[in-house]
Amino acid sequence: MAKQKSSSLQVRAYADHHVITQPNPLRSVLRRVAEKDLDDPVARAEKALAGLSGEFKNWMETETGRLAAAHAAILKDGFTKASREELFRAAHDIKGDAATFGFPSAAATAESLCRIIEHAPDLAKVPSNLIAHHINAIQAIVHERTKLDTASTASELSRRLRGVADEYLAHANRDRPDHLEAILSPSIAPAD
Amino acid sequence: MFRIDFNKLRFLVCDDNPHMRRILRTLLHSFGAREVYESEDGATALEMYSHYVPDIVITDWSMPIFDGLELAQMIRQPESKGNPFAPIIMLTGHSEKRRVTVARDAGVTEFLAKPISAKGLYQRILNVVANPRPFIKTKTYFGPDRRRNTTTAYIGPERRVGGEVEVLQQPSLLDKARTPV
Repeated sequence: MAKQKSSSLQVRAYADHHVITQPNPLRSVLRRVAEKDLDDPVARAEKALAGLSGEFKNWMETETGRLAAAHAAILKDGFTKASREELFRAAHDIKGDAATFGFPSAAATAESLCRIIEHAPDLAKVPSNLIAHHINAIQAIVHERTKLDTASTASELSRRLRGVADEYLAHANRDRPDHLEAILSPSIAPAD
Repeated sequence: MFRIDFNKLRFLVCDDNPHMRRILRTLLHSFGAREVYESEDGATALEMYSHYVPDIVITDWSMPIFDGLELAQMIRQPESKGNPFAPIIMLTGHSEKRRVTVARDAGVTEFLAKPISAKGLYQRILNVVANPRPFIKTKTYFGPDRRRNTTTAYIGPERRVGGEVEVLQQPSLLDKARTPV
């Protein structure tokens, strides 16, 4: 590992804060090279990622299976703190992973589901079809991906579900300014 | 031109999702890293942080029991025996601006919203290696300087000296939402 010398810290004191500087502890890992010798680590990593892509469909099947199981537990026993968290984590993982695995519409649908779970004032009062439709859509997008004509359908399905979910959340949170502000704030992630 | 000798860097990766850990491991090894330690929860990550003393921490936010935000807060303890200065890259599916602010205030060095890309991860690593920021310690914060913009044209409140503040008024999103189109 790169060496770090805490003894070389410099501390400047101000009225209500300190500024702490030190020589760059990771400077030793930076190396000047001639342009002709500069390889492309990003291209190398993308190639390695492409080598994993054969496993992505199976990984997505695992993730959607986990989501469906979390939903089934809620249908059986209702929302509890644990079951809500498991449903959120399963949806949140798909939101984060699915685009990397080649399923951007599944990621967008999972994001919409996450917003419902996070911002609905009372999950028990959310129309059950709204949650079920999101989960069914994610499963369908993953299962049907191999068909050539499904990409635009998946995108449209995801877009419409997000519209319905946003309309519900805006209405349900009309008297909860913090949530409404969060719902209406733009995402910093690239759109589908 | 500069290149990073990844084989001299030690990474700690914390994510409860095994698929994302596999992706991260693949990317880091492709960059040239040899030492990549992995944890599936924040508590184990904290133990590994003390034991392996990584140069760079890459953590997810949402994890059961002890999440990535708490991990960052535990690392950023100025009086701790461990290294409180290590760069922390938060890699998360949370993509709201509000979350970025919360992560920043927990002492996170860089924020990377999923979906992950090789380019995005490389740029964050390059940034923490080549452009480390000074640390700021106040009564309520210890972590990298949250002011990245060094412009002298800043006209907002000067919070650090507690002087007379000048606040720029902006309509809230709530007001915008309630305004009929």
